[in-house]
Amino acid sequence: MTQTLANQSHGSALKALKCKECGAEYELQATHVCEYCFGPLEVSYDFSRLSQPITRESIEAGPNSIWRYRSFLPVETDNPIDVGTGMTPLLKSHRLARQLGLENLYIKNDAVNMPTLSFKDRVVSVALTRAQELGFSTVSCASTGNLANSTAAIATRAGLDCCVFIPADLEAGKVMGTLIYGPTVMAVQGNYDQVNRLCSEVANTHGWGFVNINLRPYYSEGSKTLGYEVAEQLGWELPDHIVAPLASGSLFTKIYKGFREFVDNGLVDDKAVRFSGAQAEGCSPIAQAYKEDRDFINPVKPNTIAKSIAIGNPADGVYAIDIAKKTNGTIESVTDAEIVEGMKLLAETEGIFTETAGGTTIAVLKKLVDAGKINPDEKTVVYITGNGLKTQEAVQGYIGQPFAIEPKLDSFERALERSRTLDRLDWQPVLV
Amino acid sequence: MSVTVLIPTPLQKLTKNQATVECDGGSIGELLESLEQNCPGIKARLCDEQGELRRFVNFYVNNEDIRFLEGQQTALKDGDEVSIIPAIAGG
Repeated sequence: MTQTLANQSHGSALKALKCKECGAEYELQATHVCEYCFGPLEVSYDFSRLSQPITRESIEAGPNSIWRYRSFLPVETDNPIDVGTGMTPLLKSHRLARQLGLENLYIKNDAVNMPTLSFKDRVVSVALTRAQELGFSTVSCASTGNLANSTAAIATRAGLDCCVFIPADLEAGKVMGTLIYGPTVMAVQGNYDQVNRLCSEVANTHGWGFVNINLRPYYSEGSKTLGYEVAEQLGWELPDHIVAPLASGSLFTKIYKGFREFVDNGLVDDKAVRFSGAQAEGCSPIAQAYKEDRDFINPVKPNTIAKSIAIGNPADGVYAIDIAKKTNGTIESVTDAEIVEGMKLLAETEGIFTETAGGTTIAVLKKLVDAGKINPDEKTVVYITGNGLKTQEAVQGYIGQPFAIEPKLDSFERALERSRTLDRLDWQPVLV
Repeated sequence: MSVTVLIPTPLQKLTKNQATVECDGGSIGELLESLEQNCPGIKARLCDEQGELRRFVNFYVNNEDIRFLEGQQTALKDGDEVSIIPAIAGG
């Protein structure tokens, strides 16, 4: 308890909602769009309001979760919903790094984030804490899967009613990983952008807190913790280069915001960090706009196995492009075949089973290295945001089968011989 | 010739709190002019100084984003439903 108290003593720096386009300010309510120019609202802070400055020591004395950064998050309560979210491993890569020819590669592993094994637990912990402060009793979301898992799990933990909307064609693991918590689930006949549009229309009619619509300014702030944690875990230092997946573009922009806030509050030295984004070719509106040097996004209709990042009409796409450009990073896309290879590469070199979004990120990392866009000694952090057990369909048929053997020594010996001579995909699930 | 327009919450102050408005117009461009006549001030909220739709405003005709159709030239017919949706959601 003393740990928590140490973290509470700062008060709240929450100041206002501010339009990212025109700068208009709004009260800290459940609203996400500027009434004047339709631009997105973002939370602004006044850190001078805190009773004590935020220090490395005060953060280290906090809980072993995202709530050690509570002073940077858009909540006022002393009792946030803390289900152990965050503080996931930052691994120094050896085998993947060697294979790629990198000397300073780190993997931020949110495939093991708590409680639902994706980075979404960060944003949902923040959004639902804020939803309770704003008086919502029902929470909802438009989701490609991971967000639905997280919203349903954390809502039930917090005693909130929950109704989630997903595209009807999601992977079985993502659907089951939502249903188990007992929310109302609407499987919409359409792609994510259509789900999102429906939810935008529902959001204001039922008085629900939609984590990624009317609570979006608060929700998205949770992703900043992926920036804070990496800086802290690197020994209070920023990396040289980060590679992260791009869906709506929000995560990417918030990692950037997180790094800047740490610099502005004197927690880390300022340093140029390059930001590179990863998309699946079958849904790459941000990568296309980047390549064509456009400052607007042409929406696309998604067609990729990387369903969790298949957003054809990405809300923060233009901001992601701004950041990639001004940090001397890049945005790249890869094919579905490369995504599967990326998933296998990470699993076989580092023992991390990521979902398709992580495969996308690893494949883009490889592509950037091959193109000479990452220097071998750059301190590079690659963000793995989801767990492969949820998207098993994507790799079935590409990873071989176990040998079926009799409980006899000679059967085992024959199978072992075959395993050494045959290619893995030629293994047969017949008795050896 | 009448088209139903779904008005998002941020603009309902200009439509006397109506969530739907009936309008005329053979295209999205004409519809914008018709909306402006019925609800003065609405066009400036939806379009920039050059008359182009703001980058965070999405128009849908019968559930299809007009950027997959013909943008502001997209033709409208009697009974069509046009939705105006803020782009900022999701992710």
